[in-house]
Amino acid sequence: MTDAPLLELDKLSTHFVTARGTRVVKAVDEVSLSLRAGETLGVVGESGSGKTTLALSIMRLLPTAARIVGGGLRFAGEDLLAKSPSEMRHIRGKRIAMILQDPMASLNPLFTVGDQVAEPVRVHEHTGRRSARDRARSLLKAVKIPAPEQRLREYPHQMSGGMRQRIVGAIAMACEPRVLIADEPTTSLDVTIQAQYLKLLRDLQREHGLALIFITHNLGIVARMCDSVAVMYAGRVIEAGPVRTIFNAPVHPYTQALIESIPRLGGGPSRLTAIDGQPPDLASLPAGCSFQPRCPRALDRCREEAPGITTVAPGHTARCWLAAK
Amino acid sequence: MKRFVLRRLGYAVLTLILLSLTIFLFVRVTGDPTVLLVEPGASRADIEALRQDLGLDRSLVVQYVGFVKDVIRGDFGRSFYYRTPVLELYLSRLPNSLLLAAAAMAFSLLIGIPSGIIAAVRVNGWWDSAGKIFALLGLSMPSFWVGLLLILFFSVYLGWLPSSGSGTVWHVLMPAFALGWYFAAAHMRLTRSSMLEVLGSEYVKLARLKGLPEALVISKHAFKNALIPVMTLAGINLVLMVNVAIVVETVFAWPGIGRLIYEGISFRDFPVVQATVLMNGSMVVIVSLMVDILYAVVDPRIRYER
Repeated sequence: MTDAPLLELDKLSTHFVTARGTRVVKAVDEVSLSLRAGETLGVVGESGSGKTTLALSIMRLLPTAARIVGGGLRFAGEDLLAKSPSEMRHIRGKRIAMILQDPMASLNPLFTVGDQVAEPVRVHEHTGRRSARDRARSLLKAVKIPAPEQRLREYPHQMSGGMRQRIVGAIAMACEPRVLIADEPTTSLDVTIQAQYLKLLRDLQREHGLALIFITHNLGIVARMCDSVAVMYAGRVIEAGPVRTIFNAPVHPYTQALIESIPRLGGGPSRLTAIDGQPPDLASLPAGCSFQPRCPRALDRCREEAPGITTVAPGHTARCWLAAK
Repeated sequence: MKRFVLRRLGYAVLTLILLSLTIFLFVRVTGDPTVLLVEPGASRADIEALRQDLGLDRSLVVQYVGFVKDVIRGDFGRSFYYRTPVLELYLSRLPNSLLLAAAAMAFSLLIGIPSGIIAAVRVNGWWDSAGKIFALLGLSMPSFWVGLLLILFFSVYLGWLPSSGSGTVWHVLMPAFALGWYFAAAHMRLTRSSMLEVLGSEYVKLARLKGLPEALVISKHAFKNALIPVMTLAGINLVLMVNVAIVVETVFAWPGIGRLIYEGISFRDFPVVQATVLMNGSMVVIVSLMVDILYAVVDPRIRYER
């Protein structure tokens, strides 16, 4: 494992512009992250904090209203923002793969599982029908699907949610990508299936030396799965660092509140803690720090000026005036 | 699959029984046909003799049972007016109607599906706007008016196409265009909205995430899914075309079933109306049955449904 990051985001910004161009939504705002091979990065945040847009920005597969407006995006030493659409197409699904949230909707109902698993292999490696099918069979085996030969001929609706999500995983792994982005892959699965799926992802990661970006709002999963974590709020990464540091010594009041809101067993009867207020409207953010209206420790300065990135310790950064002191 | 087909067949038979009863009763509401058939000044006894001859003196129940029994044997009765078997009349007109409908359908699909796909892929672009205008024109211009415009331009002004009648390929073109015009717009609109829905789906997103070429994403993953509702509509429309062709057939003097029904109703020719409506109804039932089965062939989820 070399020290050079495999995937590097440098102040990447993705904005949505409304039809008349009057409102700009900063869905991803100056996000800097880096990821090495074999590493797992957790991206956490509330719904609407820009996690999925971040993932789609890396894939360069944004909805038409969204545009990457600034910053850098490098993968294996190459500048992804300089790639043409057809060059990106050869990277997508081959070198960077992504698993979507909803296993029930992400498979095409009209084609067999075998066809859909073999598709990336056939497109990227130009292999024939037969060898692509052999590969599909071994992929299904790799994601622990029983009777793969028979399952190849079946259609998505004949399978359970957990099994479908494994198949989506098999599709992602089809061309042995170097980076895998998993966008809340377990949210719609029940807890036991979730645990199995996470174990599967970890096994695949270990076997192939994958760099894994795990997008979730479940901090418990982050603690178990990830090496480092980035906390997103209103399109920005407000705190990032090694998992242990973030969980034990969070600096940003929002991270602190998130960690406090995790229900704990054995602590006797206690009320669940919640963060007061609502996440802000990304089209009309408050002045200064965007968390300031909900922040219990807001200073006057927070209302006037947005905090920049402060390095708290090597590898641990935060966007907060409290950390800057 | 076998069970699926059998159950659909059962529904089809039930529908036809209800249809036969309805048309049998409704046609009798139009009045007494004998009044139109006898010469002016005919005696009461002559009228009564004619009623007996036509079987109209019997009770409704007896008449209906007789009608159904005959139909099952394949006998649709004789026309009161032409005095020939209705089936012969019907069959002599049917090829013309089917030819017209098939030509109109081919036209409407060839125009509607590609333009719908382009409009969806280039949504809000130039093509989409042009398509919207076309759809609006198609849906708001009545077919008889389109027909008259066509005659004016191609027959009167240019002198290229015959204005009425049947017999050659040239005769079919204008009626097919006039009839298919409306349906082309309908097919385009449905193809567009159905493509748009499918293009926004998660499996299309996943297909793009796999790195498939956009042409393959659209032609394989999106198009096949988007085609399902369009197929249903086209199947139903094909039958609808035979039925709504009355107007176009009149404008272009096209000897189809539409004109036969029209004549039957104006002469109170019960057997003709009963038979044509029942035959057209069977066509609707058979086509929707075929669409259902085709559906099941394309979409595995329906095939395995119990």
